[in-house]
Amino acid sequence: MEIFRVKTDIPFMKFRKISAIISTSIFIASILFLVFRGLNLGVDFTGGTLMEVSYPQAANLEEIRSTLKQIDLPEAQVQNFGTNSDVLIRLPVVENLSLADLSEKIALTLKQSDPALKIERVESVGSQVGDELYEDGALAILFVAIGIMLYLWLRFEWRFAVAAIVANMHDVVIILGFFAFFQWEFNLTVLAAVLAVLGYSVNESVVVFDRVRENFRVMRKSSVIEVVNNAITRTMSRTIMTHLSTQTVVICMLIFGGEILHNFSIALTIGILFGIYSSIMVGCPLAIWLGTNQSNLAVVDVKAEK
Amino acid sequence: MNQYSSWKYILILLSIGLSVLYVTPNFYGESFAVQVMPVKAGEVVDRSTLKLVEASLDKANIQNTGITFEDTDIKIKFKEATDQLNAKQAIEKSLGKKFVVALNLISNSPDWLSNLGALPMYLGLDLRGGVHFLMQLDLSKLSEKKNDGFLANVRKELQKEKIKYYDSKVINNYVQLKFKSEDALNEAKNIIRAQGSGRSIFGGNAPAKETEAFNFSEIKNNNEFILKIKNNQYTDEENVNFALKQNLETLHNRVNELGVAEPIIQQQGQDRIVVQLPGVQDTAKAKEIIGRTAILEMRMVDEDRSDPATIEKAENGQLPPGTELYYDRSGNPLLVKKEVILTGERLEDASPGVDQMTGQSVVYLDLDSIGTNIFKEVTRKNIGKRIALLLIEKNYTEVITAPKIKSEIGGGNVMITGMENAQESTDISLLLRAGSLSVPMEIVEERTVGPSMGKENIARGVNSTMWGFAAIVVLMVSYYMFFGVVSVIGLSVNLLFLTALLSALQATLTLPGLAAIAITIGMAIDANVLINERIRDEIRNGMPPQKSISQGYDKAWGTILDSNITTMIAGLALFMFGSGPIKGFAVVLVLGILTSVFSAIFVSRGIVNYIYGNKRTIKKISIGEIFKVENN
Repeated sequence: MEIFRVKTDIPFMKFRKISAIISTSIFIASILFLVFRGLNLGVDFTGGTLMEVSYPQAANLEEIRSTLKQIDLPEAQVQNFGTNSDVLIRLPVVENLSLADLSEKIALTLKQSDPALKIERVESVGSQVGDELYEDGALAILFVAIGIMLYLWLRFEWRFAVAAIVANMHDVVIILGFFAFFQWEFNLTVLAAVLAVLGYSVNESVVVFDRVRENFRVMRKSSVIEVVNNAITRTMSRTIMTHLSTQTVVICMLIFGGEILHNFSIALTIGILFGIYSSIMVGCPLAIWLGTNQSNLAVVDVKAEK
Repeated sequence: MNQYSSWKYILILLSIGLSVLYVTPNFYGESFAVQVMPVKAGEVVDRSTLKLVEASLDKANIQNTGITFEDTDIKIKFKEATDQLNAKQAIEKSLGKKFVVALNLISNSPDWLSNLGALPMYLGLDLRGGVHFLMQLDLSKLSEKKNDGFLANVRKELQKEKIKYYDSKVINNYVQLKFKSEDALNEAKNIIRAQGSGRSIFGGNAPAKETEAFNFSEIKNNNEFILKIKNNQYTDEENVNFALKQNLETLHNRVNELGVAEPIIQQQGQDRIVVQLPGVQDTAKAKEIIGRTAILEMRMVDEDRSDPATIEKAENGQLPPGTELYYDRSGNPLLVKKEVILTGERLEDASPGVDQMTGQSVVYLDLDSIGTNIFKEVTRKNIGKRIALLLIEKNYTEVITAPKIKSEIGGGNVMITGMENAQESTDISLLLRAGSLSVPMEIVEERTVGPSMGKENIARGVNSTMWGFAAIVVLMVSYYMFFGVVSVIGLSVNLLFLTALLSALQATLTLPGLAAIAITIGMAIDANVLINERIRDEIRNGMPPQKSISQGYDKAWGTILDSNITTMIAGLALFMFGSGPIKGFAVVLVLGILTSVFSAIFVSRGIVNYIYGNKRTIKKISIGEIFKVENN
C-alpha cells in the first residue's frame, strides 16, 4: 500500500503567502485571546483548592452550593464532571483560613449531610507556591526554546534554527490561544503537554530541514523553492504516518485517560495538528525568507562532515 | 553489508533477557502486610523483636503467609485484609511504643528477584493513593528569636558580674545596651567576648560554634555609652539549616507515630519540606499530627511586674520590656518573660497520665540531663514564683498551665497539670514526645488521592497505552508489511526496556508518567517510520534491496538523532523545572527517548539483518507496495 502517489513535487511554497496570512491571523487571534480573555489557570498556578468528591448517588449540586455558602465559602465553584455523582469543587485561596483547614472543613461539612461520600482527590496550592510554579513553567518554556534553538544552530544553521523555533512558538501560542478561547483549565499537566509539543513538533522541522540540506547537495541546478518543495513532498509520507501514530495514541488517552489527562491530550492534539502545518507552512517559508540557500548550507555541511 | 557480528546479537539478547528479569516483579501482585520498624532512625529490630511478633500472632491466632526479617524492619504478609488489621493491633499491643507498626502492601515476587534488586515499579501517590504535603518554614521569627535569647543571656551574665546597664533591647539584627560609664561598657564587652568562646550565650537553636562571633560598635553620647553587639555566631542561612534539620527530624518522629509505611520526608529548596504518606486516608489526622506546630516552652512568669495595674496597661498594649502577655485557659492574663528556660527539645519522653491526688488528667515529662540540670537550677532559684508552660502554635500561644514552684525539682520528672481531659493529655504528650518543631511550619501545598482513584488512574494509564499500542500495530503492519512487523517488535522491545529501566531505577511512576509511556510509544515509532520511508525511497530510486536497507538505516540515523535530542532538551527542562507528577512525566520521557533510539536502530536493524542479511541476493523486500513515477 502506498497512499501518497505523488508524481511531481507538490508546490507547497506557492501557497506561502496565503499561509503567511493564515498563520499571522491565527497567531494574532491567539495573542488577543490570551491578552483579553486570559488563560483559565488551574489551582496549580493561581493557588487555591480543588476537590473531587464522589457520591454514591447523583449529587445535588444546589445543595452542595448552599452548604458551602453556609460555611462562608460562597466563592466555591461546584460542578459535575464525568458522571452525575462526581463533583468538582474549586475554591480560590481563602484568607484567614489555612489550606490544610480549608479542605478538611469542606470534607467535614459535606460529610455531615451525606456520610457515604468519598473525597477522591484534593489539590491545594498556596498562592506563593502557585506563583513559583507559574514562574518555573515560564522558565521551562524559555529554556526549551533556547536549548532547541542552540542545538539546531549547531546542527544546521541559524536561519533554520530561527525558522524552526518561530514555527514552534507559533504552535505553542496557538495551543495557549485555544485554551484561552475555550477557557479550558490550564494546569501543570497541560504545561507538560505544551513542553512535550515543543520538543516533539520541532522534529517535524528537523526532518524537513534535513531533507532540504540533503537536496541542496543533490539537486544542484534547482531553485531553493524547488528544493524545499521536493523535501516536503518526499517526507510527507513519513509526516502523515508518524503523526497518525502519535495522534492515535493521544486519542486513546483522550478516551481512556480520564479527567486528569483530558486537557493534556487536547493540548497534544492541537500541538500535533498545528505542528504539521507550521513546520511545512511556517518553518520552510521563513527559512527561505531568511535567505537559506545552497551556499550557506553547504559550508556548514562540509564542516559537519570533517 | 547487512550483517551484525555475533556480539551485537548477544548484546541484544542479553539486554532483552535482563529487561525481562527486571520487569517480572511487576506481574506478581501484592499481598497485605504489616511492617514493624523501630521508632528512632538508626535503631534496629532484632531476634527478640521477631520472637515477640511471632508470639503475638500465635496468641491472636492469625495465620501469616511469610515473614521477612531484616535489620531495619520485619515484614509479615497476610492473605486477607482483616488478618492484616488484626495483626497490626495484636503486634502493637505486644511491642509497645518503641516500634512503628504500619500497614503496607508488599510485592509477591520471589526473594531471589528482590535480592537482584528487581522490584516492581515504584508508584507515585497519584497511583497508589495517599497524601503529599509541602510545608513552608516560617523563618520570620527565627532571627528575632535568636536575638531575644541572646539578649536574655547577655543580661544574665551582666547581672551575675554586677555590671550596671540600662535600656537594653533588640534593634533590627543587633542587641543594644546603654551604660553610664565607659568602664562599665568595656567590662561588659570583655565579659561578653569571654563568654563567646564556645558557651551558650548565643540563643537560638543551634549549638555554639568555636569562633569569634561578635561585632561590637560603640557610640559615646554625652554621658551615655551605647554598646551595639551583633551576634554573628550563625548566619541566617546556618540558622535556617539547623531549624530545618530539626524540623525534619521532628517530622520523621511524628510520621512514625502515625504508623506509615514508606513515608518520604525531604528537604525541598532552602526552607521547605516535602512529606509524602502513601496509603494514608485519614488526612485530618495526618494534618493534625504533622501540621501542628506545637512548640513547648517553659518561661518564668514575671512576678515582679504582675500587679493588676501593670497587667491592665499591658493588655492595652504597653508591655513592660522583656515580657510578653499571654492568657491561660481560663482567660487570665499573664506577663511572661521573653527569656526561654527550656524548650521541647530537652524532652526525653512525655506520657499522659492521671494525677493520683486530684484525679485530673496530666502529662508527665521526662527531661534529658541538660534539661534536668537547668530545671533544677531554675526551680531552686525561683521558689514561690510561677513557671509558665507555653504551647505555641502558629500565630497562637497559650499558657497550658502556670504552676507555682513549691520546691527545687531535681531528677528531671515534671508533671504538667491543667489538661482539659484525657484525650488532650494524650494528644499533647504525643506531640511533645514526637519532638517539637524549632520553627513553625505551614502547609503550602496539599495533594491527596484516594485509594480507589489511584487504582482508577493506573487503569487509565494502562488502557491508554495498550489501546494506543494496538492501534499502532495495525497501522504499521498494514502499511509496511514485514518492516512494519519489525517496527512493532522494536516498539515492544522499547516498551520492555522502558518498563525494566523504570523498575530497576525505582523511578517514581505517576499518572503523567504513564501518559509519557503512551506518548513515548507514539513518538518512538517516528524513528521506525523514518527508516522505513528511507528504505522505500532508496528502492524507488532504483537501489538494490540490500543496499537500500543499509542506506535507509544510515541516512535516517542523523535525522533520528536530531529529533530525539530536541525532545530530550524538552524532557530535561521538564525535569529541572517541574515538580511532583511533572517530574514523573519528564523521567519517563527522557528514559523513553534513550530506549527508543536503542530499540529502533539497534534492535530493529538486528532483526532485519537476521532475516535478510545472509541472503546474497534478494529480489524484493516486504515493505509494502512502492509507488514509482513512470519516467516517460
